[in-house]
Amino acid sequence: MVGIIAAGAYVPRLRLQRQAIADAHAWFAPGLKGLAKGERAIASWDEDAITMSVEAARDCLTGVDRARVARVVLASTSHPNADRQNAGIAKEALNLADEVAAMDVGGSQRAATSALLDALYAARGGAGDVLCLAAEKRPAQPASELELTTGDAAAAFLVGEGAVAAEFLGGHSISIDFVDHFRASDSAFDYNWEARWVREEGYAKIAPKAVNGALAKTGLSAADVDRFLMGAPMKGVNEAVAKASGIAPEKVADPLQAQLGDAGTAAPLVLLAHALETAKAGEILVVAGFGQGCDVLVFRATGEPAVRGLGVLGWLARRKSDANYVKYLTLAGHLNVERGMRAEFDQKTALTALNRSRKAVMALVGGRCTRTGTIQFPRSPISVAQNDRAQNTQEDYPLAERRARIVTYTADSLTYSPDPPCWYGAIEFEEGGRMTVEFVDVEAGYVEVGAPMRMMFRIKAQDERRGFTKYFWKAVPDYLAGENAKLAAE
Amino acid sequence: MASGIKDRVAILGMGCARFGERWSDDAETLMVEAFDEALADAGIDVSQIDAAWLSVGFDAQNIGPSGIPLAMALRLPNIGVTKVENYCASGTDGFRGAVYAVASGACDIALAMGVEKLKDTGYGGLPVRTRGTTYDMVNVTGSAPGFFAQLAGAYRAKHGVGYDDLKRAMAHVSVKSHQNGAKNPKAHLRKQITEEQALNAPMIAAPLGLFDCCGVSDGAACAIVTTPEIARALGKTNLVLVKALQISTSNGWELQGGGWDGSYFHTTRIAAQKAYAEAGISDPRRQLSLTEVHDCFSVTELVTMEDLGLSAEGQAWKDVLDGTFDAEGEIPCQIDGGLKCFGHPIGASGLRMIYENYLQLLGRAGERQRQDPPSLALSHNLGGMPNQNVSAVAIVGLEKA
Repeated sequence: MVGIIAAGAYVPRLRLQRQAIADAHAWFAPGLKGLAKGERAIASWDEDAITMSVEAARDCLTGVDRARVARVVLASTSHPNADRQNAGIAKEALNLADEVAAMDVGGSQRAATSALLDALYAARGGAGDVLCLAAEKRPAQPASELELTTGDAAAAFLVGEGAVAAEFLGGHSISIDFVDHFRASDSAFDYNWEARWVREEGYAKIAPKAVNGALAKTGLSAADVDRFLMGAPMKGVNEAVAKASGIAPEKVADPLQAQLGDAGTAAPLVLLAHALETAKAGEILVVAGFGQGCDVLVFRATGEPAVRGLGVLGWLARRKSDANYVKYLTLAGHLNVERGMRAEFDQKTALTALNRSRKAVMALVGGRCTRTGTIQFPRSPISVAQNDRAQNTQEDYPLAERRARIVTYTADSLTYSPDPPCWYGAIEFEEGGRMTVEFVDVEAGYVEVGAPMRMMFRIKAQDERRGFTKYFWKAVPDYLAGENAKLAAE
Repeated sequence: MASGIKDRVAILGMGCARFGERWSDDAETLMVEAFDEALADAGIDVSQIDAAWLSVGFDAQNIGPSGIPLAMALRLPNIGVTKVENYCASGTDGFRGAVYAVASGACDIALAMGVEKLKDTGYGGLPVRTRGTTYDMVNVTGSAPGFFAQLAGAYRAKHGVGYDDLKRAMAHVSVKSHQNGAKNPKAHLRKQITEEQALNAPMIAAPLGLFDCCGVSDGAACAIVTTPEIARALGKTNLVLVKALQISTSNGWELQGGGWDGSYFHTTRIAAQKAYAEAGISDPRRQLSLTEVHDCFSVTELVTMEDLGLSAEGQAWKDVLDGTFDAEGEIPCQIDGGLKCFGHPIGASGLRMIYENYLQLLGRAGERQRQDPPSLALSHNLGGMPNQNVSAVAIVGLEKA
């Protein structure tokens, strides 16, 4: 039986209030006030499709042996790199073996459903377990409708054969170069055509064909569908597609527009991960991804748990409301603020050194002395342990999943940070080993000596001169409690 | 066991340029200013100098990575000049080079010059810089106040000191240094401040406000050293001798190991103990007349009082508030204004501290002269960050001290 073994998600902590966006643009685009309800998730300056997909993958792989993963696929229309494998960076951050295959998928709002469909076909063909990631940090032009409707998020699925939480029954794809919107490779933002035409000639005509095709292949009827999962970048398109497909309106899953926003290509996968949090054995789940055609996937829930980490619910609960639209513009890079001379510091990475230190930098792998048991970061030929001159006795010791506590801290208002003040300090891992590291997603009241932290893969700095992104690990408040923490450390 | 440096080297002359925003000067003119004073004080000719050490902290903003700028600025007679760069402890480290050269017998007279031209960066505070290719990938590119600020939270947690109490003690450190600096004609900052001003200043790196941070200055300081015998032969009667000179360098234990709680300087404790042993000091608080310590930030000075054994652990904040280290207190600290007000031209600072101790020992410190005649003075010069640093302790004193 091929299907979904595990699922996970990630939603960035900041939730921008749509009213704040609409208010800021009211003088220029008063029509946006119709969308000024609820909140949308926004990635911070140090998050992108890769970092979000890594966090979703960690969520998905909670309690799962990572050695199972044979392939990793990352789908997005907001890949940070045009020619440096984005999935490959996620693979490094997850400390997967070098023998794991990696692939990027993009180019369409249905990239993620296509990637998931392909992953399932690959697993069925004997490719082994595939870690299918989808993440989106969609560039939205200020004062566009997309700025209000989109939300940044990621989802992750481990698919393969065996004891699955959702059995893959079949899928169907239709490809039509229906251009409702487009964005050229070198363009900053989308160009959109009239919404009414997109809804009536696009969604309402193309998607139902794909739904009906998939149902026909799996021998099911529209009446068998328990949950219809489709993103709704335009209000009501999911309901319109369901109706045209013969699926009852109450079967249409909430697209999470009120609390997250439409996560672009990742949206159907985020909704699927969310559905699997509560799906009961036997439920039929139909997932649709729309974009220059439509993919539809049909699953039957088995009752096995799919989400062992926080899941969509958990991540949605970890939220910080924000009504500062200018802050959002700055974090998203849409406002060219005066950053001061300290921002001129050259962030060039020596690629030779990065390659040498690949495991330390990308996967936060430290060392453990096989003689003394001393854990340290990074590894070194002579251990940091006092009074032990043993050389080259260290073995790799991954620290990314270890819990830590704050030893020292500050909120630095002098050093340049895109999101000042820059919090950082020393942390000590519970099993040993310490490092000085940046803290993110923190509040002043939380940061104290002894406060529990966990690690998160984030952007360390942007080398804007050369267009290179420097990734590293940062510490965030340890919001994973109890059982989740234990499972994550396994 | 090495016999140590005690009484083997005498300071023949010292000089110090006025510290501050020297917009009209570059490193060359600052070095000449300090050198002229030192040479006149030493009463020798430049041709008698056998070797020289040049201390600079930020070569990129300054004079480049060699000893040549010193040789050129002073038109030295083609003697060897060694460039020393060891973060903010460069000044004392350069002094050590000159002192060791004399002590070894390889040189009769040696020169140590420290200089920094920091006010060409275009912004306040120290320049942002790399700490190496690999380090930059896995460590924080923070600011100096950000790293030193971390002492405060760790100190409070360890000793159960309230935020307001420590903040007030830190303010007292700075108020005291401003009082002292106001009396120093060569100091960068010469205005007194109130405790309220210090407490209410804009936050730079919590909990360090503006007045918890030292000035960043242009300046130079210089020492000419020789043996006591040569000093006497040159007509010197009242000698200031080197009693101890110790440098301790972090080996990564604080940064990477386990056990350091972030509230003190591991290296300073080691350097101080070695220096006291070298100088034959058993009770520093009673035996030392005064100290110049590396008060890059108020909290640094505060915890350093404990690291130097001048306050009991966890008690420095109380001693500070009691005025123990004020100019008129039991054992003055920064009687010249310290880094806080004299200023902090990185490479020069260690030599500036020794310069002040030298003046105080000889009774030449003018309006700020300690009335209770000093006989033994300590300087503490720290480079790097609390978690990874170079700590230098120099003790100088009168012949019988």
